Amino acid sequence: MKTLKDEGVDTIFGYPGGAVLDIYDALAQTDINHILVRHEQAAVHAADGFARAKGTVGVCLVTSGPGATNTVTGIASAYCDSIPIVILTGQVPSPLIGNDAFQEVDIVGITRPCTKHNYLVADTKNIAQTVKEAFYIARSGRPGPVLVDLPKDIINKTITYKAPSENIHIKSYKPTYDPNSKQLKKVISLLKKAKRPMIFAGGGIILSKASEDLTRLARDLQIPVTTSLMGLGAFPGNDPLWLGMIGMHGTYRANMSSANCDLMIAIGVRFDDRVTGKTDAFAKQADIVHIDIDPTSIRKNINVQVPVVGDCKKTLEKLNEMLEQESFENLEKKRKPWLEQINDWRESQKMAYEQTDIIKPQYVLEMLHELTNGDAIVTTEVGQNQMWAAQFYHLNRPNRFITSGGLGCMGFGLPAAIGAQVACPNDLVIDIAGDGSIQMNIQELATAVQFKLPVKVLILNNEYLGMVRQWQELFYEKKYVWTNMTCAPDFVKLAEAYGATGLRATHPDEVKSVLEKAIHTPGPVVMDFRIAQEECVYPMVPAGAPITEMLLV
Amino acid sequence: MTSEKHIISLLVDNEPGVLSRISGLFSGRGFNIESLCVAETLEQGVSRITLVTSGDDMVLEQIKKQLNKLINVIKVIDYTDKPSINREMLLIKVSAKASYRAEILRIVDIFRCKTVDVGPEHYTIEVTGNDDKINALLNLLRPMGIKEIARTGTIALMRESI
Repeated sequence: MKTLKDEGVDTIFGYPGGAVLDIYDALAQTDINHILVRHEQAAVHAADGFARAKGTVGVCLVTSGPGATNTVTGIASAYCDSIPIVILTGQVPSPLIGNDAFQEVDIVGITRPCTKHNYLVADTKNIAQTVKEAFYIARSGRPGPVLVDLPKDIINKTITYKAPSENIHIKSYKPTYDPNSKQLKKVISLLKKAKRPMIFAGGGIILSKASEDLTRLARDLQIPVTTSLMGLGAFPGNDPLWLGMIGMHGTYRANMSSANCDLMIAIGVRFDDRVTGKTDAFAKQADIVHIDIDPTSIRKNINVQVPVVGDCKKTLEKLNEMLEQESFENLEKKRKPWLEQINDWRESQKMAYEQTDIIKPQYVLEMLHELTNGDAIVTTEVGQNQMWAAQFYHLNRPNRFITSGGLGCMGFGLPAAIGAQVACPNDLVIDIAGDGSIQMNIQELATAVQFKLPVKVLILNNEYLGMVRQWQELFYEKKYVWTNMTCAPDFVKLAEAYGATGLRATHPDEVKSVLEKAIHTPGPVVMDFRIAQEECVYPMVPAGAPITEMLLV
Repeated sequence: MTSEKHIISLLVDNEPGVLSRISGLFSGRGFNIESLCVAETLEQGVSRITLVTSGDDMVLEQIKKQLNKLINVIKVIDYTDKPSINREMLLIKVSAKASYRAEILRIVDIFRCKTVDVGPEHYTIEVTGNDDKINALLNLLRPMGIKEIARTGTIALMRESI
């Protein structure tokens, strides 16, 4: 407990059980805030949302066996998205380990491939040092979840607290923060040569808090910027240089720019297949510079000309500083044809949808954007709701778009919203959900009500698993196999049963008033928007195709 | 790109679960392990793992980077294209009928092997060497009937410059 306090932990998301009774007993004697979730998966997602909204390490605490296995999905999601979380799991007493004891599971073995690192603490005197190391590993380098498994007999011994060493030094773990200047010189010479440069930024910018440095680089050199899903908010959505998101559901101009640019500066990204489409066809005309703190991200999926290993913020700071010494003559004139071309793409294919007398999901999100000035913290579930949120809720600031990007984990949004609301009590937090994924962790409404967390759940209800249905429509001759979700609860009544407020809109005229009412209602609110059932997310690039082969509206 | 054989030597923390982290990395990412050899070093708490893997340039680069990324891996050395000594040890149980016995012993002599166990119907031979030598020996013994073999997998060390 003392180590947790020393690490600056003020909040734990958890669920008690037999193996962690002693930890809970000690927790009661501290002023650490404990949020009791209703499912251990939600504890990890909430810690994830908390970590992202606040830019710190999230912490969760669960019991052994089923408590531990329930965290696995949450851990895998945080691992894919490089989110710093420390997961403390209870374990059966050491003499029973390996005996198939009650509520025993080898959680260290299970989570080995989906944690940055994990520990089974074997000795009471190592607890403080191990927990401190866990926090250090979680937050340093490329961040990620770290699990610490604590056998019951190790915990309940009364011990004199042995302080961990002041500075953590792990001889086999030394992330590279400072970029190599020689590589940066190569970047500068490419920047000088480039006629059609673009920046492709990702979650690494947000994790290293480098948004301002990125914005400066882009504006100084007039380079248009796209981001991955994880990078949304890293560059202001209202800037003329903003291209929108790239990839499978990216904008026309972002995808076209990637295919036509002669220089791509990729920063804090990992060239996921949802971004690149067919890798052989990706950014074919461009020299690619790849800046990332994790060497394994470089040349994993895409071959690059100039690799730069380093922290995004430190690298961009250094690059900006070096660029001060350089002069770029006739920059505006030089960029004009490229920026004009991009503008033509923008004008030729706008994000559009047809207004009818049935509610369109895009309209709901545009209206939400208007009413909140793009300033809410948005979490999403996974599927169509997530993509529409990414396309229509334009963010101007980082740490405000919280989504399960890599794992694509349904049931993420509500617990993540709870975590974000705990981190930012004065902000408006909205979970953009579908009727399918909200049901995966809907029990967390009880958590929101209990802890008076005024999260707003916006359900885009099309009575389908919409994204899967969309693939069935486009690629399986409209055979909707098991994607129909007509048998669902009445979300308004359900919200009320949990002690939250429930609202519904069935006609476009009601959208604005329902949103306004939700925003102004204290406490958690669930909004049930009955939307056009077979609306699709466009543009769309079929899986495995080059990203310029877009299905447009 | 061509797939090439690489001998990679790792210095790792001697802790429970480390081998599982490494083998899990290979299986999870679809990398290939041909052999793997683990034992303690002179330094307390440090073990050496020597493994033989194969893949094209980009795969090998990923294998090395991913190994380096594991918290318990202290050092990754690729012996390919470096002056190094590679050895493997084999125990070969070869059937030894009267008509073959003299021939087997001649081969043992030529290859500088040792006969470590003798029975009425078999010899067990101990041999150390690099890939080429061991394959040549196995090819010569095969017609006489190899009953069983046990091999250690390759171990390697860098040559010092003189």
